[in-house]
Amino acid sequence: GLPRSYRVFRGISSWSFFKLAGSLVNITSLLAVQPKSKKTLTKSGVKNIVVVEGVRIPFLQSGTSYADLMPHDLARAALQGLLNRTSVPREVVDYIVYGTVIQEVKTSNVAREAALGAGFSDKTPAHTVTMACISSNQAMTTGVGMIAAGQCDVVVAGGVELMSDVPIRHSRKMRKTMLTLNRAKTLGQKLSLLSKIRPDYFAPELPAVAEFSTSETMGHSADRLAAAFAVSRLEQDEYALRSHTLAKKAQDGGLLLDVVPFKVPGKDTVTKDNGIRPSSMEQMGKLKPAFVKPYGTVTAANSSFLTDGASAVLLMSEEKALAMGYKPKAYLRDFVYVSQDPKDQLLLGPTYATPKVLEKAGLTMADIDVFEFHEAFAGQILANLKAMDSDWFAQNYMGRKSKVGAPPLEKFNTWGGSLSLGHPFAATGCRLVMTTAHSLKKEGGQYGLVAACAAGGLPKCVLGP
Amino acid sequence: LKLCQAVVGLLGRFLVDLVLFFFSRSQILKGWRAAALIGLENPFRPTVNTLSKQLSSEFTDIMNEIWANEAVKSAVLISSKPGSFIAGADLDMIEACKTSQEVAQLSQEGQKMLEKIEQSPKPVVAAISGSCLGGGLELAIACHYRIATKEKKTVLATPEVLLGLLPGAGGTQRLPKMVGLPAAFDIMLTGRNIRADRAKKMGLVDQLVDPLGPGVKSPEARTIEYLEEVAIDFARGLANRTVSAKRSKGLMQKLTDYAMAVPFVRQQVYKTVENKVRKQTKGLYPAPLKIIETVKAGLDQGHDAGYLAESQNFGQLAVTKESKALLGLYRGQVYCKKNKFGTPQQEVKTLAVLGAGLMGAGIAQVSVDKGLKTILKDTAQQGLDRGQQQVFKGLNSKVKKKSLTSFERDSILSNLTGQLDYKGFEKADMVIEAVFEDINIKHKVLKEVEAVIPAHCVFASNTSALPISQIAAVSKRPEKVIGMHYFSPVDRMQLLEIITTDKTSQDTAASAVAVGLKQGKIVIVVKDGPGFYTTRCLGPMLAEVVRVLQEGTDPKKIDAISTAFGFPVGAATLIDEVGVDVATHVAEDLGKAFGERFGGGSIELFKLMVEKGFLGRKAGKGFYIYQEGVKNRSVNSGMDEILARFKLPAKPEVCTDEDIQMRLVTRFVNEAAMCLQEGILSSPVEGDIGAVFGLGFPPCLGGPFRYVDSYGAKQLVDKLRKYEAVYGSQFTPCQLLLDYANNPSKKFHQ
Repeated sequence: GLPRSYRVFRGISSWSFFKLAGSLVNITSLLAVQPKSKKTLTKSGVKNIVVVEGVRIPFLQSGTSYADLMPHDLARAALQGLLNRTSVPREVVDYIVYGTVIQEVKTSNVAREAALGAGFSDKTPAHTVTMACISSNQAMTTGVGMIAAGQCDVVVAGGVELMSDVPIRHSRKMRKTMLTLNRAKTLGQKLSLLSKIRPDYFAPELPAVAEFSTSETMGHSADRLAAAFAVSRLEQDEYALRSHTLAKKAQDGGLLLDVVPFKVPGKDTVTKDNGIRPSSMEQMGKLKPAFVKPYGTVTAANSSFLTDGASAVLLMSEEKALAMGYKPKAYLRDFVYVSQDPKDQLLLGPTYATPKVLEKAGLTMADIDVFEFHEAFAGQILANLKAMDSDWFAQNYMGRKSKVGAPPLEKFNTWGGSLSLGHPFAATGCRLVMTTAHSLKKEGGQYGLVAACAAGGLPKCVLGP
Repeated sequence: LKLCQAVVGLLGRFLVDLVLFFFSRSQILKGWRAAALIGLENPFRPTVNTLSKQLSSEFTDIMNEIWANEAVKSAVLISSKPGSFIAGADLDMIEACKTSQEVAQLSQEGQKMLEKIEQSPKPVVAAISGSCLGGGLELAIACHYRIATKEKKTVLATPEVLLGLLPGAGGTQRLPKMVGLPAAFDIMLTGRNIRADRAKKMGLVDQLVDPLGPGVKSPEARTIEYLEEVAIDFARGLANRTVSAKRSKGLMQKLTDYAMAVPFVRQQVYKTVENKVRKQTKGLYPAPLKIIETVKAGLDQGHDAGYLAESQNFGQLAVTKESKALLGLYRGQVYCKKNKFGTPQQEVKTLAVLGAGLMGAGIAQVSVDKGLKTILKDTAQQGLDRGQQQVFKGLNSKVKKKSLTSFERDSILSNLTGQLDYKGFEKADMVIEAVFEDINIKHKVLKEVEAVIPAHCVFASNTSALPISQIAAVSKRPEKVIGMHYFSPVDRMQLLEIITTDKTSQDTAASAVAVGLKQGKIVIVVKDGPGFYTTRCLGPMLAEVVRVLQEGTDPKKIDAISTAFGFPVGAATLIDEVGVDVATHVAEDLGKAFGERFGGGSIELFKLMVEKGFLGRKAGKGFYIYQEGVKNRSVNSGMDEILARFKLPAKPEVCTDEDIQMRLVTRFVNEAAMCLQEGILSSPVEGDIGAVFGLGFPPCLGGPFRYVDSYGAKQLVDKLRKYEAVYGSQFTPCQLLLDYANNPSKKFHQ
């Protein structure tokens, strides 16, 4: 019943495709007396930026209820959900930023298309960003930047991904022929062009699931990463089972407060995530490796699955929020983006980003009450935990004197994670931040840290004091 | 987990310095990994004579232990030395053998040892990381299963043929069964390196393991450990039959195998391969034919005959002079891959190349792909564009061959800066000029460059004949001036001839050699003088070619008899390749410097060719006509008139094919010996390497100095005297050769 505001300390370590950005989420009551010596992390001369609210539509496995929709439909649902929940007057919103990874070419600025349909003002500008799996982290930090720079007071940030449908193109040769055909004037020219078409022209081009620079798929990279840190198949399966079990508990316990129902046209209202399926170790053990065959350790069960979903958060300057009578859910304190070798350290973003963002904010691991890390693969999470706990790695690869230490599991992804809740690439960042905010509130914690890694080897750590 | 303890795998580890046929100089560590029963390291460096016995008894011990111990179900062979599974046989051991029987004996012992592995009732898995060459590959294919790391450093090959040998430990018998006859011939006759992914496709290895990045150990160490873990899993799987060693063959391979089972088809394959080999080797290299013969014996007459033929032929080949020559070249190459000047004070990180022509761009290409930041400067945009395109094309051809990804290509190209001015030269650690071969231009650029480079920067001149001291004459810092003579095309020719003047400092030399080695070159270092070493040897030979032409031998005939001697490129074609204008230029310069000794053919003939535009390949016309896409080039009929004009009467007493060959070669060899005599060359080894890798001197002869040893200095001097009697002083043998001729026990190579 106390008026409380929260500070979100975010550290996003980036996932490229699946790289993690670490966000430190710090929630602390402004009005309450600061317990002991914990710092408020208020920066002099810089506005405090708060998360007023955040929502997401349920994350669904690809090919299920959202299969026939378009990406902007999902984004629109999330935006509408945010409007409904906050009742923010639409003319107050200064700007909208959305993240997306696999672009639908018809709606390349998906932020604008979704906003127009969601009832936002047509006077509110919108743009779309992309940064693999941390695209919505990027959307949020873009918003933070705009508010901090005094450009805006109120920004809506979010992310959307629809993996049920991806653009499949004609081959380059075919596209070239078709484009030249447009310019051909006479029938003769047209026929001569058409006559050059060969069967191989019809081979379609699928969107690359591989890293462009290394031609390695994310799953393959994760398998190698797990092997590099000697993470066993059993450990991975156990971790995946933990994720599903905790997610199920959180879902059943009504803890996933950011989920808003979505009435899908022509279908029933979707109210909850459908990828949470706690299985047994025996069942999981039966699966064959999905990438490194026949002896790898990454399987379908210990990887995040293809997911459709969208999320959105409402960011404001603290001043504005309080003036409008909102109770901020969290303060976004600081963030760091990092990047490293896309071949061998593609998925190690959180390891690099975490100590950096902590140092920047003047905190230690012990100050953090809630850790939310993006789980692309169980092997990737476990490798990161081992890397963070290794002096050798810290000294030889991070240029640090000693390890930062692994987060304690009892504070780590305690409401499930991307492995179980699903991972619609660009929508995950907002989910991590909102989960952290809700979890801090429930546990009465002060600081939270969010981390994710992204494809392209941009380990980005968003650290939010 | 407990899984580990469930199965006990035996790890025999082979630590190998150099390979041996078998595991010479190897340390064998045997250990019961999971059960940790034994962790015995047993390093030994036996003498060559007892080596194979000792090794094979050690090996037999291990195998006996494997068979006797019930707890052991399978074994893994892995090298604990990163970068090398087994790199081949100990060449010393083979060389130490006096007779072919002794070598054949070695081969038989190897065969027996590997047969033991092959017949082991408990499966043996070879875990391969790094080079798996020669005897190493033979060991691997004797195992029941092979797992290799998918790394650039992991290569499989049977390079024996390049040393005039054949795979002598069952390789000729196992390979055809494993990969099919055509592929086996390809592997053994070319000796080429096969990358792990290719080896998997061929069926040479069963599984690939990707190299790992950093974990809580270094990537290298963890990758080896991971390879071991995966190999143990498979060894265990093979033992309890959850894994099958049988490879599912593709349709093509099934068809090929089926066809090869028909004796008639097989005979046709032998015949085709044999013809191809004869055509390519001109009968000068016995090893490829012996390989075919040995494979044939096994497939047509059965197991015992095959193995017997292999050991006998191996023994015979090992004592041939061709094999000794090739072995000498191999050792020479190793010698020329070291920097005898030590480590330079300042490592070259930024290189500037002047002139974006064929040579300049070539030098830039071999530098950027080794990570050197390279400035490529030209005076005209058009020339610069051409040069940059050449670098791109060179790298892109590697992308097409899949030895480079397009991303790697782009990232390599980011090391290259093309420009028309001297911007950034203040940061250059070395400048290599490859501008036109004119002393005035060279002087001009040297002065320009010295005005902009830092004090430590080395100035290197890429020239084929202009004396470096003459170029350095205008330098303010002659101790920093050196010659770096590259050969065209730079990305393919392995040799780099470095030329030091009296004033060149040791550190400058160290720096130039270090850059050359970084560029992947085989480096010889010679003293300054007109034509240095390589161009100087070539000069008299080309003068003789012209005389032979003038005497009425047509270019095709000259090409045929020079290639029959073992030169990879015919003598007339060589002139076209070098460029008639360049040859004229060089011949004139060297003629002035050395006088009569460089005479022979008329230089006027070259001059007339230049006048008519017959500049060689680059102009499309020289002795031959060159057309894009036309393979069989025809003789340039425009030459008839020129040759007629300069016709000389032939001297029948010295004009047989053999005499013509010897006239060319003796002049070459005599000049090489003179270079050694005068101290231009510091050793016969560098002379041999320079001649073979820079000028195409027949590799089967091992270079001019080894040739003198094998042909006999006395016999060679006799030949020279014979031609001297007809043509005069051009054939006068030098003092050094005379000394060697007078003392039969004197050899250039002991």
